[in-house]
Amino acid sequence: MFDLERWEEIFDTIRKNKLRTFLTGLSVASGIFILVILLGLGEGMKNGISSEFERDASNILYIWTGTTSVEYKGLNPGRNIRLKNTDFQTTAQKYENELEFKSSVYRIWNGVVTYKKESGSYRVEGVLPDYQFLEKSSMTKGRYINYSDHDNYEKVVVIGNRVSNDLFKEVDPIGRYLEISGINFKVIGVFTDPGGEREESRVYVPLSTGQRVFNGQNYINNMAFTLEQEDNFEAALAASNKFTSELEQFLKEQHSIAPEDDRAVSINNSLENMKRFYDLINMIKFFFWGVGICTIIAGIVGVSNIMLIIVKERTREIGVRKALGAEPLSIVGMILHESIFVTAIAGLVGLIGSLALLELVGPLIETNFISNPSVDFGIALTTVVILIVAGALAGFFPAYRAAKIKPIVALRDE
Amino acid sequence: MIEIKDLHKSYKTGSNSLHVLKGINFNVAEGELVSIMGSSGSGKSTLLNILGMLDEADSGTYKLDGVPIKNLNEKIAARYRNKFLGFIFQSFNLINYKTALDNVALPLYYQGMKRKERIEKAMAYLDKVGLTPWAQHLPNELSGGQKQRVAIARALASDPKVLLADEPTGALDTKTSYEVMDLIQKINEEGRTILIVTHEHDIAEMTKRIVNLKDGLIIDDKKIDQVKALQHV
Repeated sequence: MFDLERWEEIFDTIRKNKLRTFLTGLSVASGIFILVILLGLGEGMKNGISSEFERDASNILYIWTGTTSVEYKGLNPGRNIRLKNTDFQTTAQKYENELEFKSSVYRIWNGVVTYKKESGSYRVEGVLPDYQFLEKSSMTKGRYINYSDHDNYEKVVVIGNRVSNDLFKEVDPIGRYLEISGINFKVIGVFTDPGGEREESRVYVPLSTGQRVFNGQNYINNMAFTLEQEDNFEAALAASNKFTSELEQFLKEQHSIAPEDDRAVSINNSLENMKRFYDLINMIKFFFWGVGICTIIAGIVGVSNIMLIIVKERTREIGVRKALGAEPLSIVGMILHESIFVTAIAGLVGLIGSLALLELVGPLIETNFISNPSVDFGIALTTVVILIVAGALAGFFPAYRAAKIKPIVALRDE
Repeated sequence: MIEIKDLHKSYKTGSNSLHVLKGINFNVAEGELVSIMGSSGSGKSTLLNILGMLDEADSGTYKLDGVPIKNLNEKIAARYRNKFLGFIFQSFNLINYKTALDNVALPLYYQGMKRKERIEKAMAYLDKVGLTPWAQHLPNELSGGQKQRVAIARALASDPKVLLADEPTGALDTKTSYEVMDLIQKINEEGRTILIVTHEHDIAEMTKRIVNLKDGLIIDDKKIDQVKALQHV
């Protein structure tokens, strides 16, 4: 391996057979290139979808209602089901020890928000203090709604960054008043949300205030809960599923909904969704690995093919070398040395090329489902090594056979 | 230099066995220039291949420079070929991507000689065959005669005991053939043992001894008065 004379001989051969070397190298380099890009994309998709779930608390359960679709206890289908404060209170009490955060939501429709001459139509909701944590909002200025606001029906409002920018421009909104559908509210806080602009263009008021001022009586539109953290994902998922089914059953009893009616009450179980997405991601990654490995196999087959041709083409040369005193081992060594050298260099070129592409283009990719595609350098390097070993193995057999050929046969081969 | 006793060789082709050499007894002393003649199928190439350790006899003994050549494994055969023998082929068998100089240096590479020394020595042999200006040319830039002279230089490079030439002039025109023969005669005059397989009488006449083979047996073995190739050039 460290025989300088051998290296000279190899370089000599490579220099004088540029096309052959280039073709061998190309198939190897492209194989590695494609594999690494695919792995990078797989990782990027995982990152992208993970970040989708970071918008809200990862284990959030979101409950909303619709109209019944099944006749039940003499009640016609098509009934509009509306949740009430009691639904929330009962649930909160019943599961007091299991719930981490809880909030009901009263949605104020057509909420036009105005500050001086600026106005816009935003999603306005009456919420409880816990809602901040359910939405993973964090305050950039001021504070969030608290229970005191709620208990005293305070006309205060927390606005998203986007709303602040739209309406108040440069002005500090804290302490100023804005109008929601003509009623004055005092701004007490500005929040930012990992959900981005969409979730930052929301306006929150205390639930009690919202219900009273906007004639909501004791109705609520949604409920949102998170359960206490569990040790692992499986346990969390099981608890989440149990809670979901119990809650669904309870709400159906409360509102006289047929147990089989799946339109009237809907519960969005994030963990369940997350599991589905991760299963999908794993499938995709699995698929990418499959495609990548097939590409590598194609690369190896390509290398073996070229090795076969090389050996065939060099049969006569091998005969001559043997007649001149080359030992069989030195023939095998020569061919393997050359093929390993070429595959190693080409593999590294493919690896570096693809890593460079991921590094350069990766951060520029801005879609919802791919972010920061990258690949584990160790894995990539391992594939290169595997490819080299496989290429060497693929080259070994023809080389060995060639070395076995009697020089007389090789020389006769016109 | 070469001692052969009762050499047999047969080839199996399918179910038939073809008995090519049927008991050859044959000695060559040092410094001889021998031609082996015979029609095709007489076994002359087979004999040369066995002499060159490119092929192995079924039975009989073969001694080269006092060393018994038998039961060789590939490794030892390769070493002996490198040490004892120089080959000259009808079709030259130069490595086409190596320059004339590198071709000549190749047997020295297999002797484990350092590159610098190798190149020096190869250059000297190229000079000997009169091809110094062509040292950096590839074989396909050379004429047939030049190629054969490179091959001769290569065969000489490892300083072998015996040169084995298989129809060395078979691919050359008459004039070039005589030039090559002239070179071979000169090398012989320096004391080197040379065996030539040929079926051309005029070439055989230029050696010092003619061995005639027919159907796997030596039918005639006589010393002759050598015709100098130079007269014809």
